[in-house]
Amino acid sequence: MTTRPRYAEEASSKIHGGCGLMGICDESGTLMSGEDAILAMAVQHDRGNGLGGGFAGYGIYPEFPDHFAFHMMYHDLQAKEESEALFDRYFLVDLAEPMPTRPVKGISDAPLLWRYFLTPYPNKLEESEMSAEDYVVRAVMTINSSVDGAFVASSGKNMGAFKGVGYPEEIGHYFRLEEYEGHTWTGHNRFPTNTPGWWGGAHPFALLDWTIVHNGEISSYGINSRYLEQFGYKCTLGTDTEVAAYLFDLLLRRHKLPLELACKALASPLWEEIDRMPEAEQALMRSLRAVYGPGMLNGPFAIVLGFNGGMVALNDRIKLRPLVAARKGSILMVASEESAIRAVLTEPDAVWMPKAGEPTIARVKGMDWPIHGDLHLSPEDISCAVTGTDMSCETVEVTA
Amino acid sequence: MTQNRGVVEGYVKVAPVVVRDVEKATIDAAGIYYKHLNEAIREVVADGAKHVVLENVNGQRYLGTGVQAKGVKIDVHGTAGNDLAMFMDGPSVEIFGAAQDGVGNTMNAGTVTIHGDAGDVLGYGMRGGAVYVKGDVGYRVGIHMKAYENLVPVMVCGGNARDFFGEYMAGGILVLLGMNTQFADQPLVGSFVGAGMHGGTIYLRGTVESWQCGKEVGITEATEDDMATLKPVLAKYCEALGMDLDEVLAVPFTKLAPFSHRPYGKMYAPM
Repeated sequence: MTTRPRYAEEASSKIHGGCGLMGICDESGTLMSGEDAILAMAVQHDRGNGLGGGFAGYGIYPEFPDHFAFHMMYHDLQAKEESEALFDRYFLVDLAEPMPTRPVKGISDAPLLWRYFLTPYPNKLEESEMSAEDYVVRAVMTINSSVDGAFVASSGKNMGAFKGVGYPEEIGHYFRLEEYEGHTWTGHNRFPTNTPGWWGGAHPFALLDWTIVHNGEISSYGINSRYLEQFGYKCTLGTDTEVAAYLFDLLLRRHKLPLELACKALASPLWEEIDRMPEAEQALMRSLRAVYGPGMLNGPFAIVLGFNGGMVALNDRIKLRPLVAARKGSILMVASEESAIRAVLTEPDAVWMPKAGEPTIARVKGMDWPIHGDLHLSPEDISCAVTGTDMSCETVEVTA
Repeated sequence: MTQNRGVVEGYVKVAPVVVRDVEKATIDAAGIYYKHLNEAIREVVADGAKHVVLENVNGQRYLGTGVQAKGVKIDVHGTAGNDLAMFMDGPSVEIFGAAQDGVGNTMNAGTVTIHGDAGDVLGYGMRGGAVYVKGDVGYRVGIHMKAYENLVPVMVCGGNARDFFGEYMAGGILVLLGMNTQFADQPLVGSFVGAGMHGGTIYLRGTVESWQCGKEVGITEATEDDMATLKPVLAKYCEALGMDLDEVLAVPFTKLAPFSHRPYGKMYAPM
C-alpha cells in the first residue's frame, strides 16, 4: 500500500474563489525580498480557499549558484532516509538542512521539509551519458514516482519553490520568505477544483528551474500526461498543472523551441486564425499544431512560467482566466487582479491586459537566456530556428 | 522598492473609519476587508447619506453591489475590485481609477462611470442603467446584456475592446469608440464580435471586418435614424467623462444588429 499523496481535508464551508497568481521580475537584476510577493498574494486572498499557497524565488541562493537546490517534502523519516540514500548515490551533497520555517496560525500537518545543495558526481554523470539537467530530471522523476511519501518541490540552481496547504500569505510567512532576496518571484493562491489540496499539489510546480503557477484547468491533462510519459516524465503529483512544467522543460530545454513558438504550441491559434496568416506563418503554425497536438493545453488558463533569466505570463487563446500586467521602470509584474499590482508598485508607468495566447515576457539583463532564439522573432526567423535545430529528442530513461 | 512593512497580512477585518458631514460620508478603505467595507457603505446609506466617498480602495470586491437607493452617489478612489455594482439598483458610482472584472454584473438601474480601464465580462447580463468607461475594456464585454420594455441598458466604452464584444447579446445598446486606448496600433475590437447575438444593437466608431463578427450579426453603416438614437447616448457619455461630443461624432459609426431574434427557434419549436 502506498501512503502518498496525503490529501488535506475539504474545507467545511463553501468559499468563493478561483485561484490567483502573481509574478514579478526586476529586469535590472535588482533583488527584492519575498515580502512583495506575499503582499501581492495577500491582496488576492479571496481567490483561494486555504487549500494551497506557494511561491518561487530566483537568485535566492547566491552562496550556491552552481548547485542544484532540492526542496524536499517527506511524509516520514523513512521517506527521508530513502531519498537521502538516493542523493548520496548520485550526487555530492554539500549541504543538507531543514527548511527554515516559523510557526504560523493556519499552517498545520506540514510534512518534513528539507533542502539539499547538490552536484552530480562527475564520474556518475559521465557514465550516464546525459546532460547534468537530464541527470537531475531523472532523479526527480525517480523520487516522485518510487520513493513512498517523498516529493521534490523544486530542483533548480539558485532558486526554490516554497509551497503547502494554507493561504499564500500564511505559507509565505511560514517559510520566512522575507529573509530571501530574488530578482524574480511568482506566487499562487489555490482553490482546488478537480483535484485535492495537499502539500505536494500546491503550486508552483517545478522541474529544474522551471516553475509554473496556474489559474484554471488543464482539460487536456490526460493526453498531455500520456504524451509526456513518452519522453520519460512521470506525472505523480495529482494536479493538472504539473504537465505544464514538464511541457515547458520538453519544448524549451530539450526541443529548444524559441519561447514564442513554445507558447504557440501550448496556446495554439485557432484554425480559422491560422487561415488568415501569411503563407509562411500558416505552414509553420500548421506544422506546430500537427507535431505538438498532444502537448497543446486545452481549457481555461492563466500561467506564469518562472526560470533563471526571466518570467513569462500566458493566457489560453480565448482568455478564460484573468491576467493583468504592469511595468514600472525595470520591473515587470503580472497578477490575476490589478489590485495586487497596485499594492506592490506605486504609480506604475503602464498597466494593461495582455492579449490572450500571447506571452508577456520579462528578461533579466546580464543573465544567460536559457531559451533558444531571441525575443520577438519574425516567422522567418522562427522557421530557421526550428529547422536549424536538431529536433530528435533522446528519451530520458527513468529507472525506478 | 521593498519597504519595511513588517509582517504582511493583506486586508484586516475591522470596521473602517467613517467621517460624516451631513449627507456626505467619507470612508477610508485602506486595507479594509471587502465585507466590512460594504457593511459600512450600507450603514451610511441606510442612515441617509447621499454622497459616499471611498478613499484608498484597492481591490475590494462588490462595492455598490445590491445597493437599492435612488439619488445616492458613491465615489471610488483607487482600483475597484471584482463585481463592482453587481445587482445594483439606483445609485450612481464613479470610479477615479480602474475597475477589474465583472463590473455591472446583472445591474438593474443606476450609472457606473469609470475614468480608467475596465476588465473582462463588463456588464455581464446587465438589464438596466448605464456603464461609461473612459479607456480600454477586456474580453466578453456586454455579454448577454438584455432589455425589457423601458429597461434598456446602455454601455459606452471609450477605448478598444478585445474578443467576444457583445457575445450572446439579447438587448440594450453597446457602443465602442476606440479613442482613449493604449492599443492605438491594434484593431478597435477583437474577434467573435456579437457571437450568438440575438437582440440589441452594437455601435462601433469606425469599421469592422466581417470575419471579426459572429455569423448572427448584420453589419451596416449607421443611418441618420441610428445616429438620432445614438447621439443622446453619446452626449451623456461625454458629459460624464468630460469628452468632446463633436470629436466623438467626427468618425462614421458602424451598426451591428442580429439577423434574427430567435436564431435557434426552429430547432426547439418548429413552425
